[in-house]
Amino acid sequence: MSETPRDTENLLRVRDLTVGFHTAAGQVDVVKQLDFDLARGGALGIVGESGSGKSMTSLAIMGLLPKGASRSGSIEFDGTELTTLPERAMRSIRGDRIAMIFQDPLSSLNPYYTVGTQIAEAYRSHRSGVTRRQARKVAIEAMERVHIRDAARRVDHYPHQFSGGMRQRVMIAMTLSMEPELIIADEPTTALDVTVQAQILDLLAEIRSDTGAGLILITHDLAVVSQVTDHLVVMRDGDLVEQGAAEQIFTDPQRDYTRMLLDAVPRIDDEIGLLRTLTAPTAEEES
Amino acid sequence: MIRFLLNRVMGMVVVLFLVCLFTFVIFFVLSPDPAVQICGKNCTPEVIDQLRANLGLDQPFWSQFWTFVSGLFVGRTYGSGPNAIDCAAPCLGYSFQTSQPVFDMIAQRLPVSATVAIGAAILWLLAGVSAGLVSAVREGRFADRFITGLTLTGMSIPNYVLGLSLQFLLVVTLGWLPFPQAVPFSEDPVQWFSNYLMPWIVLAVGASAVYTRLTRANVIETLQENYVRTARAKGLSPGLVWRRHALRPALTPIVTIFGMDFAGLLGGALITETVFGLNGIGKMAADSITKNDQPVIMGVTLLAAFFVVIGNMVVDLLYTAIDPRVRVGSAA
Repeated sequence: MSETPRDTENLLRVRDLTVGFHTAAGQVDVVKQLDFDLARGGALGIVGESGSGKSMTSLAIMGLLPKGASRSGSIEFDGTELTTLPERAMRSIRGDRIAMIFQDPLSSLNPYYTVGTQIAEAYRSHRSGVTRRQARKVAIEAMERVHIRDAARRVDHYPHQFSGGMRQRVMIAMTLSMEPELIIADEPTTALDVTVQAQILDLLAEIRSDTGAGLILITHDLAVVSQVTDHLVVMRDGDLVEQGAAEQIFTDPQRDYTRMLLDAVPRIDDEIGLLRTLTAPTAEEES
Repeated sequence: MIRFLLNRVMGMVVVLFLVCLFTFVIFFVLSPDPAVQICGKNCTPEVIDQLRANLGLDQPFWSQFWTFVSGLFVGRTYGSGPNAIDCAAPCLGYSFQTSQPVFDMIAQRLPVSATVAIGAAILWLLAGVSAGLVSAVREGRFADRFITGLTLTGMSIPNYVLGLSLQFLLVVTLGWLPFPQAVPFSEDPVQWFSNYLMPWIVLAVGASAVYTRLTRANVIETLQENYVRTARAKGLSPGLVWRRHALRPALTPIVTIFGMDFAGLLGGALITETVFGLNGIGKMAADSITKNDQPVIMGVTLLAAFFVVIGNMVVDLLYTAIDPRVRVGSAA
């Protein structure tokens, strides 16, 4: 964990990020004083169990936290402080420079509009003076880039006419059309079956090497991050457990919790038996 | 698409047939002998028998039912010989009270009921949906609570109370509206409008309260949808997110309910028409119920069922146009 001062190497610099909800029982923090950096063109994996605060972290970066949630700390994107940015300015970054891919591609696409419309509308709203026809062309190109066959025809289809994996490709095409500098993928493969998962991960890796965009991959599945990311942040109950180079964390985890996460991944050379579940001591017990 | 249509039409026929059968059974089993009623005070058993024979009341149940149903399609003849009366299709029989053909009576009054229904529907749709939207946007704030309170009031006021109070207030006390008179639109549009205004308001108050709540609930629910979050994540302006991604899905279910409500209203607004003395189907039904004028009651019942069934079919067709998931599902 390098304590690098303000630098231009980093695309994203998160310091002291806290996300809390105001409840009847008082303030409940779901992300607590999180620090991490993402290098330009880097790929960061945020891993943890459900409820560890990883999705809230991504929504905090996007400025899309649900009603009743508040954030504090600093999120610096390409030298711009996002936490104090007016909504209008944030909107011009959202979707254009930072794009997001969500977990369930079926519910994340509007069933009432063709995928072409949904890809094109982001493009049209960020680029002024774009005609419908131009936006449609961009949509078709984006669909071709995510390897949707027969894109010129498929562009007029509705989300329900696509398979799960194809829908996620549509979601990725939607982000791609804007050529973002940062892509945040929140559990992009969780709703998909295993073979399709691998294809989507390959696609993400391919896009990253083609466009040089930074990637934050949020997942509970260590097998997923191991394929795509070079840097890892392990979270638990809103706390940062451990962070470092992916390779180092996989081979030499420093914390018990990380080790248990790793142990819970079934491996082909394991003896046949029960899957190991997480029975790690709680944060208090550990310290 | 054609198969879908055929299916719907078949379903329609079955429903209408069952409605026919049930209304017929109810009147056949439950009501007093119409021949005695028609005959009046100075009646002899011979006259009653004659009347029964003319009306076909001496026939067994199924035979009567068959005559009634076939009368709807090919017409029927009452009595025989020189006194026979022909009733052309669609024959709903003759009113016991006025001796007019029921079909003509309905045809005369339908425009009044339709005017009432259309005006009220426009009013409640506009008021209900816009109030619901305001309520949803301002969820939990003053405007929302105010509107919610208002809908509660609107739903709890009975039609006749509201109708009479409005009449008293607007016509008698304030004199803002002239006393209602039946005037055709072509003669005096202003009088015509002020004539229908109060029935429209009365019918719209209760319904718009329901539509306000529906719209509010649907919009709030849609705003929680993942695709709305996606739209925001794309950086669309709030207006675009609302118009394109929240409103259309939220308003779709309202089309269904609106179709049925409107169709039901075409069959006559019993209380409102009576309160305002509008000579529509609802008032006719109310009058015939008190006088036990069976053919008229049956005719109105069948008409209402017919409108509801048609309304349902129109809604289904509209749905295929609005929701792409339904469209493709039926084409396959």
